[in-house]
This record gives sequence, C-alpha cells and structure tokens, in this order.
Amino acid sequence: MNDSPVAVEQHGPEHLHHFVDAEQQRDAASLGMWLFLATEIMFFGGMFLAYLVYRSWYYNEFAAGSRSLDIYLGTINTAVLICSSLTVALGVRAAQMGNRKLLVILLLLTIAFGFAFLAIKGVEWYQKYEEHHIPGRTFNADDLVRDYPQIHIDQRPEQIYFSLYFAMTGLHALHMIIGVGIFVFLTYHAWKGRYGPKYYTPVEIGGLYWHFVDIVWIYLFPLLYLIDRKPLR
Amino acid sequence: MATVAITAEREHYLNEEYGIRSWLLTTDHKRIALLYLTSITFFFFIGGFFALLIRLELLTPAGDLVLADTYNKLFSMHGQVMIFFFLIPSIPAVLGNFLVPLMIGAKDLAFPRINLLSWYLYIIAGLIYIHCIVTGGVDTGWTFYTPFSTAFSNTRVIEAGIAIFIVGFSSILTGLNFVVTIHRMRAPGMTWSRLPLFIWAHYATSIIQLLGTPVLAITLLLVIFERAFNLGIFDPTRGGDPLLFQHLFWFYSHPAVYIMILPAMGVESELIACFARKRPFGYNFIAMSSIAIAVFGFLVWAHHMFTAGISLYSALIFSILSYLVAVPSAIKVFNWTATMYKGSISFTTPMLYAFGFIGLFTMGGLTGLFLACLGIDVHVHDTYFVIAHFHYIMVGGAVMGYLGGLHFWWPKISGRMYPESWGRLAALLVFAGFNLTFFPQFILGYMGMPRRYWQYPPEFQVLNVLSTAGSTILAVGYVLPMVYFLWSMRYGKIASDNPWGAAGLEWQTPSPPPTFNFDQTPEVTWEAYNYEEIPAPAEVPVER
Repeated sequence: MNDSPVAVEQHGPEHLHHFVDAEQQRDAASLGMWLFLATEIMFFGGMFLAYLVYRSWYYNEFAAGSRSLDIYLGTINTAVLICSSLTVALGVRAAQMGNRKLLVILLLLTIAFGFAFLAIKGVEWYQKYEEHHIPGRTFNADDLVRDYPQIHIDQRPEQIYFSLYFAMTGLHALHMIIGVGIFVFLTYHAWKGRYGPKYYTPVEIGGLYWHFVDIVWIYLFPLLYLIDRKPLR
Repeated sequence: MATVAITAEREHYLNEEYGIRSWLLTTDHKRIALLYLTSITFFFFIGGFFALLIRLELLTPAGDLVLADTYNKLFSMHGQVMIFFFLIPSIPAVLGNFLVPLMIGAKDLAFPRINLLSWYLYIIAGLIYIHCIVTGGVDTGWTFYTPFSTAFSNTRVIEAGIAIFIVGFSSILTGLNFVVTIHRMRAPGMTWSRLPLFIWAHYATSIIQLLGTPVLAITLLLVIFERAFNLGIFDPTRGGDPLLFQHLFWFYSHPAVYIMILPAMGVESELIACFARKRPFGYNFIAMSSIAIAVFGFLVWAHHMFTAGISLYSALIFSILSYLVAVPSAIKVFNWTATMYKGSISFTTPMLYAFGFIGLFTMGGLTGLFLACLGIDVHVHDTYFVIAHFHYIMVGGAVMGYLGGLHFWWPKISGRMYPESWGRLAALLVFAGFNLTFFPQFILGYMGMPRRYWQYPPEFQVLNVLSTAGSTILAVGYVLPMVYFLWSMRYGKIASDNPWGAAGLEWQTPSPPPTFNFDQTPEVTWEAYNYEEIPAPAEVPVER
C-alpha cells in the first residue's frame, strides 16, 4: 500500500488512511453530520405532524395544558440552552485558534449548561407527576377542568396533549443526554491537546449536533408553553 | 488489460487475515458486505420458511394445518422478516457495500467504523426479533396498524417494534455512508456523468433511507409508548386518530418499496449493458429517473389508504401522483429494452435474471397502475391481487435483481466462478416457480379472495394448489444457488480479473480485490460503459 507515499508520511494519527487528504476527511465528516441532522429533522417531524393535527382538533385542551406548564422554568431553560450554544460556538473558535485551555473551559461550561437544563426539566416533570398529568391510568386533568370553567375541556384530548408533551420533551432530553456524552468525550480529547488549527473537526461536528438539539427546543418551547397565555375572561 | 495470473500467494481482502476476530472487528467494506450476505441469507430462509407454511396452509380450503392465530403470526412475521431483515438490506448492504467504493475508485466507504456499527445494529435487531419469534411472535401484520397493535393484540408487539426501530438505524447509517462516499470519495476524473448507473440507483436509495426511515422510527416509538405507557396518541377511544398512524407509517413504508427496487434497477442497468455489450441507451434518463422515483416515491403514500376513510379529494390527488411514478419506471424499462436492441446479447445466468426482471417488473408495475386507480382499488383492495402485485415488484423485481447481481459479481467477491449450467437452471426454476406461485394470485384476488385469511371457499382451491406448487419450485430455485455458491468457494474455476469483459472500475482490480481495493488509485479518463473499447471475452458465448 504505497500508492501515495507522500501523503502517508505527512499525515498525523488523526488522518484516516482511506482518505486522500485531511480536507477530504473534514468534508466527509461534516457532510455526514449534516445528513444525520436531516434524518433527525424527519425523526422529530413525525411528532410535530401529530402535534399539528391534534392541536388543530383540540385547541382548548392544548391551550389549557400549555397554561399548566411552568412558564418561568421553561423560559429559564430556553435561556440556558441559548447560552450553551454560545459557549459551543466560542469553543469551535477556540479550537481553531489552538487555545487549549479556553476550549476545555468552554466545553465544560457547555456540559454544565446541559446538566442545568436537564435538572430544570426534571423539576418540571416532577411537578407534572404531582399534578397527575402523566398520561396513563393515573392521568387526571380535573384540576384543569376546574381552573378553566370558561372553556370546555375533555379529559381524553387533554391526555393527548400531555402524551405529546412527554414524548417530545422526553426525546429532546434524551438527545441532550447524548449531547452531554459527546461533549465529555470532546473535553477529554481537548484536554489531551488533540484539537488545534489543523484538526478541529470533532469539535465542529459535535457542535453542529448541539446546535441542532438547541433548535429543536427553540421550536418546542413556543409550541408547548406559549399556545395561549392571555388571561381568560 | 493484462490478466494477472492468480497465485495462492497474492494477498487480497479474504486471505489478508484469518480468524473470527479479523471478521467481527473488520472495517473493510468488502468483509462487512460478506457479513451482511451471511446474515441476510439466514433471515431470507427464516422468512421463506414462514412463506412455505402459509402456502401449505392454503393448499386446502379448510384451516387444517395451523390455528387461525398462528396463521396471523405467520404472515405478519413473514412480512416483517422479509422486508426489514432481507429486502431492505439486501442489495445495498451486500452488493452496494462491496461495490460502491470499488466502482468509484475509493479505498473504502467514508465511515468504515459506522459501516461496521450498522452491521452490529442489524445483528442486535435480528437477535431481538428472533427472541420475539421464539417467545410467541407477533400478529399485527407487518404494518402494525393501530389500535389493534396498541390496544388489542396479545402478542409481542413491543419487542418486534424495538427490533425494527433498531434495524431502521442500521439502514439509515448505510444510506448516510453511501451519500457521503459518493459525494466526497470519487477518484480523480470520476465525474457525476461517468458514474455507473448502479451508483446513481444507490444514491437515490440512500436519500430515501435517510429521509424516510426516521419517520418509521418515530412512528414505531409512539406505538411502543402507547402500548407500554398508555399514552393516547393513535387510539380512537382516547381521542387519537388511527389514520394519523397510517399516514406516518406509509410515509416511510411506501418509499421503502423504492428502497427495495431502486438498487435492483441499478444492478439491471449494469447487467444489460454488459451482456448486450453496449452503453445503456439514454444514460442520463436512467440516472435521473432513479432520482425522480425517489422524489415521487415520497408523494404517493396515501394510495395505501384509499379505503381507510381519507377524503375523496386527497385520494384523487394521491391517485394521480401514483400514476406519475409509472413514468420514470417506464423510462427505465424502455431504455433497457432499447439498450438490448442490436446488442451482442449473451444468455449467461446474470442476463437470464435480467430478462426475468424486466418481464416481472413490468407485470408488477402495470398491475400497480390498476391499484392506483381509485375505482379498481376499492374492488381489489386487501385481496390477493394486491399480494400478487407487490410480490411481482419485491420478489420478481428486487430478488431477481439481487440474485442476478450476486451471480454477476460473484467472481469479483469470491475469486471463483459459479457453475454456469447450474446457474442457468436455477434462474429458470426461479422464473417458472415465481410465475406459477404468484400469477394465480392475480386471478384469485380479482375473483375476490381476501388476503390474511387461513380458510377460503372451495371454488378457489385449484388456483391455490397451483400457487403452492409453484412455491415449492421457487424454493428449490432459491436453495440451489446457495448450494453451488458455497461449492464454488472451494471447487469453482478460478476467476480472472474481468471474466465478463465488463466496463467499470471494479473489474480493473484483481479478483478478489486487495484490502484497499486498488494498488494504484485509478484516474478515470474514459466515459462510463465504454464497451466499444473492451473486447468481449472468449468464454462468454456471444450469439448474434
């Protein structure tokens, strides 16, 4: 196997043998992540479609369910995620500049934001558990029926709202957990000094994934929390 | 080109390393293709076994071989095994895996480790599914229709759902690997217009795998959630909409048909060009029709739901769109036929499969137009007419393409020739057995025999006996190649680098290829299918 001896001698350990050069390898990795994100859009897309259908059928129930969510925690979580996207973007820049220490700090900050998001989400889910809003045999939306006597609320569609709420936020949280795992991996290798101006692809494509998961939340937040917040007359 | 004498010493991908470890931890796309070949063959015979039991039950009008519940499980598991564990991975994961890098002059796929991961996902899913089979099976039909699957079925729906969810990701990763490889790894001079049509077909297939499969994944996940955690999303008693499930399910599962047939069309283009010794007529049209099929394929799913209660207006639109798919499909058939016109045709085994493909695919495609027609569909919906139609496409099309391709590239894969006369016999048996099995089902369906029943009125018996008889011939036709392929690995004639005198980069490297495919990265300076410049080999009988 000495078809291109020059390339074989030049490339470092991070350059895989079956690519012609580092640029081809970076292009391939980046395209691969973009395609993967396209599949993720279709994956979440199925749930967004279900949401669209049921929200148009059962608007009152969806609005009541939306009001029962904690808007303050939801807003704080949105801010937390936007901050984490900033640290990721700065982290890619730090990797390109070859600033190892800054990169590690920014990656750790991102992980911290990720954990903060998950913790706040956990608090919100626990509230729902206490309110018997988890779908299933124990589901009970009597409190919503009582709170909003002005509108007709049917228990069964109300359960659909919460089914979608838990399916969507649950799968989003699962993606966050995977993202934290990826960033732990990145932090370790950044600490070892593997990333620099010549090789920062993993930080870049890990960052792409993180931004995608953020964007999903940017859609989930208004769809789930902000359906109708006007005071009822 | 000079034929290199094959000596036992020459190092290639098969003898570079030995031992189970070197196979299970390989990242070589050629070895992974062989891992896939063995695993999908295993599942093919499981699915075939279910099919044989179904046909035996239908030999007599009375339900006398198996119980009604068992019969429900048989056709459900036959469908799921054949579609998700055989047909969808068949050509892409075996022939595609082996050939995509070779055909474009690359050393491997872009992500070799992800390629291995996709095989492991397949195996994990396969083990879960086998566990599901032996602990009771599943009886929802391959379609998992709600609310039966979420609220009524007492079988192992969740387990089957998880298995298919996982095998879906194996398919996504294969597709992702192909798209990136075709975009980024082509050898110098291998422009898009010089790509073999096999590559175009796989590119189109991969796009469907990437964009369709995740929708199936989320749909199955919601079914599993609904069954396991009592979420009410598709269950009408809880305000849900079963039609929403059908829309989501068919949004993947109709394009899935094109995941099965498009790669077979790619194989078909290679076979016909080689054995007619001509550049395919209308290369650009064949290439673009693959892309067109992939795009249109996403817009026709509701033709599975004409009788399910969708609005007449949307049914009309989906009916028209379904007719539209016939256009690119017909372009392909016409172009293959035109390629053969005045070609130097040789009747080798792969070419016999190619002929079979054209005939059977045309039958399957034309009866598909019957079903796209609203008026006829209402009459024949859920009858054996539908069964016969999609078997003509999936078995008559996809499996014929797969077998033809396997014979064609077997010398490259194994370095040995298969026995030609046995090959021709098996090809004829498959063709005859297939038609005897499925043609009577068109008539049965038109006469009104519904699918998915284990009993039927006595007047349908003659045609059912014909069908069962055909299925045994078909079974022999499928077992034969497995026997002589295994035989040829040891005793077959040593294959030269290019036994067919075929165009394409994969034939310019030794058989079997070295681990990194090419000793010298090829530089492409010629157009695809330059058959006028390649001498026909002496061994291939050329009949004018």
